[in-house]
Amino acid sequence: MTMTNYTDFTIGGPVADTAAPAGPVEERWERRRFGVKLVNPANKRKMKIIVVGTGLAGGSAAASLAELGYQVSSFCYQDSPRRAHSIAAQGGINAAKNYRNDGDSVHRLFYDTVKGGDFRSRESNVHRQADISLQIIDQCVAQGVPFAREYGGLLDTRSFGGAQVSRTFYARGQTGQQLLLGAYQALERQIDAGTVTMYPRHEMLDLIMVDGRARGIVARDLVTGETRSHLADAVVLASGGYGNVFYLSTNAKGCNVTASWRAHRRGALFANPCYTQIHPTCIPVSGDHQSKLTLMSESLRNDGRVWVPERAGDTRPPSDIPESERDYFLERQYPAYGNLVPRDIASRAAKNVCDAGRGVGPTGLGVYLDFAEAINRLGRAAVAAKYGNLFQMYQRITGEDPYVVPMRIFPAVHYTMGGLWVDYDLQSTIPGLFVVGEANFSDHGANRLGASALMQGLADGYFVLPNTIGDYLAGAKLHPVDPGADEVRATEHEVANRIETLLSIDGNRTVDSFHRELGHLLWDQCGMERTDAGLRKALDRIPELRREFWSSVKVPGTGAQLNQSLERAGRVADFLELAELMCLDALHRTESCGGHFRAESQTEDGEAARDDEHFSYVGAWEYMGQGEPPVLHKEDLHFEYVTPSQRSYK
Amino acid sequence: MRLNLRIWRQAGPEDKGRLVAYRVDDADEDMSFLELLDVLNEKLVLDGDEPVAFDHDCREGICGACSMVINGQPHGPQKATTTCQLHLRHFRDGESITIEPFRAAAFPVVKDLVVDRGALDRIVASGGYISAPTGAAPEAHATPVPKANADRAFTAAACIGCGACVAACPNGSASLFVGAKITHLGELPQGQPERSDRVVRMVETHDAEGFGGCTNTGECTVACPKEIPLDVISQLNRDYLHATTGGRRTA
Ligand SMILES: Cc1cc2nc3c(=O)[nH]c(=O)nc-3n(C[C@H](O)[C@H](O)[C@H](O)COP(=O)(O)OP(=O)(O)OC[C@H]3O[C@@H](n4cnc5c(N)ncnc54)[C@H](O)[C@@H]3O)c2cc1C
Ligand code: SF4
Ligand code: FES
Repeated sequence: MTMTNYTDFTIGGPVADTAAPAGPVEERWERRRFGVKLVNPANKRKMKIIVVGTGLAGGSAAASLAELGYQVSSFCYQDSPRRAHSIAAQGGINAAKNYRNDGDSVHRLFYDTVKGGDFRSRESNVHRQADISLQIIDQCVAQGVPFAREYGGLLDTRSFGGAQVSRTFYARGQTGQQLLLGAYQALERQIDAGTVTMYPRHEMLDLIMVDGRARGIVARDLVTGETRSHLADAVVLASGGYGNVFYLSTNAKGCNVTASWRAHRRGALFANPCYTQIHPTCIPVSGDHQSKLTLMSESLRNDGRVWVPERAGDTRPPSDIPESERDYFLERQYPAYGNLVPRDIASRAAKNVCDAGRGVGPTGLGVYLDFAEAINRLGRAAVAAKYGNLFQMYQRITGEDPYVVPMRIFPAVHYTMGGLWVDYDLQSTIPGLFVVGEANFSDHGANRLGASALMQGLADGYFVLPNTIGDYLAGAKLHPVDPGADEVRATEHEVANRIETLLSIDGNRTVDSFHRELGHLLWDQCGMERTDAGLRKALDRIPELRREFWSSVKVPGTGAQLNQSLERAGRVADFLELAELMCLDALHRTESCGGHFRAESQTEDGEAARDDEHFSYVGAWEYMGQGEPPVLHKEDLHFEYVTPSQRSYK
Repeated sequence: MRLNLRIWRQAGPEDKGRLVAYRVDDADEDMSFLELLDVLNEKLVLDGDEPVAFDHDCREGICGACSMVINGQPHGPQKATTTCQLHLRHFRDGESITIEPFRAAAFPVVKDLVVDRGALDRIVASGGYISAPTGAAPEAHATPVPKANADRAFTAAACIGCGACVAACPNGSASLFVGAKITHLGELPQGQPERSDRVVRMVETHDAEGFGGCTNTGECTVACPKEIPLDVISQLNRDYLHATTGGRRTA
């Protein structure tokens, strides 16, 4: 047998989005809706759809599909569908309502999003999402989502990350929670009506394929430990993002890639895995025990000034460092935008000063976000009115009072733009497998703008999928699958064997210790800044780590019970495979774009240099076996309405 | 710092369960309470024991998953703080801490500190929504909502469904939880058509699920990490009375 290197990937045929309609961009969604085949209402009642995930994307999809008359089975790993991680979104949701009369329009939201994505997303999809944003707000208001309102009783909006118009709708700092409760309540209504069967505390562990189509899943009941198959006419994945591959992130502890990764192993292409978003303002790590990171709203950069000591190794408390020995590095490097540069730029600048030994706090991985000047200028009361709840949250976690001592912040992994490849109908390369929300790759290109993930999740779930899935179901001529069919049995066995193996290794390292090590490695080599040498180092280490995992992990207990170590072990095993693909994707993309900064591709003054000539495509990877070099399929991107340009914030 | 823990261990619903003593010597005051349990669990696993099962997910006080009684108080001693947001700096070196599950007739123990709170979902399913099928919504600005109503709706909607109110109540009542949803939806014009039906159904389900009646002890609002005010229960009672004596407003 000859050894093949994982990095020796080959390039396969292009992947084309055949569902995308042509014509003027603003008419494409209308045309597509007219073009889809319809399922007659009597047939809908006989069709079953599995939806994995109950976040904004999955919750809204399951409720809407049930309202249409389909039989829906909905799965989540939490004890209640209301706890999906969409609940944690703080800032808001974009919509081009132009209630402010400040020049916003569907076209402007479309334009901002394509540009914000650094020209690595599809114009058709982005335009559709901007268009649907109007209906989303209407829908949520009708459900009773308590958006912030003005004294006249109309909806309030605010500005967000870079946009020059005020189009972000919000519900204090709990927008995600309130939107999710709207979707959850709609879902519960269908559960009560008997059109949705809810499976909480269930984890999808594999996809069942029959005759080349997605026909069900194998899921484990996390309470009894029973694994069994659930069959359907179509499967929808709404399982969220994979930021937890970094161990420390702003994701919930349970966020995972398992559902997507298992589908990838069964043939679904995985697109742009290296595109991850690192948010600049999170509370820094306080020690080795740290289990997750907490986001502090970006709005703090409106009044806080970011600085570090000028001298490396300066350990004096901030109050003892005179003005003349402080470096307000964002203001110095980016005089035009100062502390308000975009997320990727602020994050990288903070990393650079810390790498130079000038970081602050016990770990040296932090920079100050100082409100002293704002408190002097505006008064303490005004600062409290604007940021009081954030200051309180900060103090609860760190025990420090930001009115007196400057906050310490550091970037953290926040969102993953990559995900399973889908066409305009949100169908993956596996017929009958649809992917919505953060789990797909579709609408944010290489960088997501603030307040647009909530918009995308709800656009997908309420409005896009319910209109497109019928085209597949009406045309597929599906026969019922026999629960005893070989394909079904074989998948059940594979899942059972994997669980058996994890339980039987009985080694000497915990699951978390592997996850931490993997996270560190990725953060260092495939985080804010990537280099050829670093990525190769990670690509050498990951397979070794994977082997160590499979020979020395210790998972106590049995499979026939609630076993949280076993749950984590399965997820980390999949992260150990995904991480390799992320690094390969990052290695092959030798340009810098959006959240992917390749040190070798920068301008003279250190800014990201995009390479449209060679990389204006979606990189969609095909799985060829564990550790085997995958095959890259490219989907070329075309820009007819927004001309690619280089971003500058100096 | 060193902490002496007594933790409820129960293998499953059939097991009787008991408090077991553990010691953690290398706790750090910057750790969160759940990180303390992580540290303990890592050690238990390496020692060949089963780790303590507990519910958690977001670890930032919003998903409502974490659910333990710490020294007799649901979510522990800090006001307006979930267990996951509680940090060890609020405990003394050498302190003894007892950790138990949220207990209530309607919350059977699944394992260790994990309980089944599905009854709360079933209460919502029975009526805790506004029927607004996708696509049928009027333009958002068609119905202005006075700011005072919107703000009160929001305050009530902040409930995270954790069930601490139930665990704190001597009667095991979920009245604060139900009142929060009744108030949230009842403050909004969109919530009016189903208002009477909603309260009757939610109260019926609440009672059928084995939650107790409210005797106004007020323990719920003290334990509530989102400071849901007690007046949502008066609202619940008023709406219920109106719906049952004044006749249901909808079919
Ligand atoms: C702290 C934070 C703040 C944010 N703030 C904003 C903001 O202000 N504005 C904005 O637009 N975006 C924001 N985002 C991003 C946005 O919240 C997410 O991208 C979005 O909510 C994802 O929704 P989703 O439905 O795709 O997935 P999720 O909400 O993550 O839901 C995933 C679902 O899948 C289920 N699941 C996963 N794996 C499995 C499995 N194997 N088996 C069964 N079920 C499974 C889970 O149980 C869950 O129900 C924020 C993100 C974070 C982390
Ligand atoms: S009312 Fe408070 S304590 Fe009760 S479930 Fe809601 S948030 Fe938890
Ligand atoms: S873990 Fe989410 S509220 Fe505590």
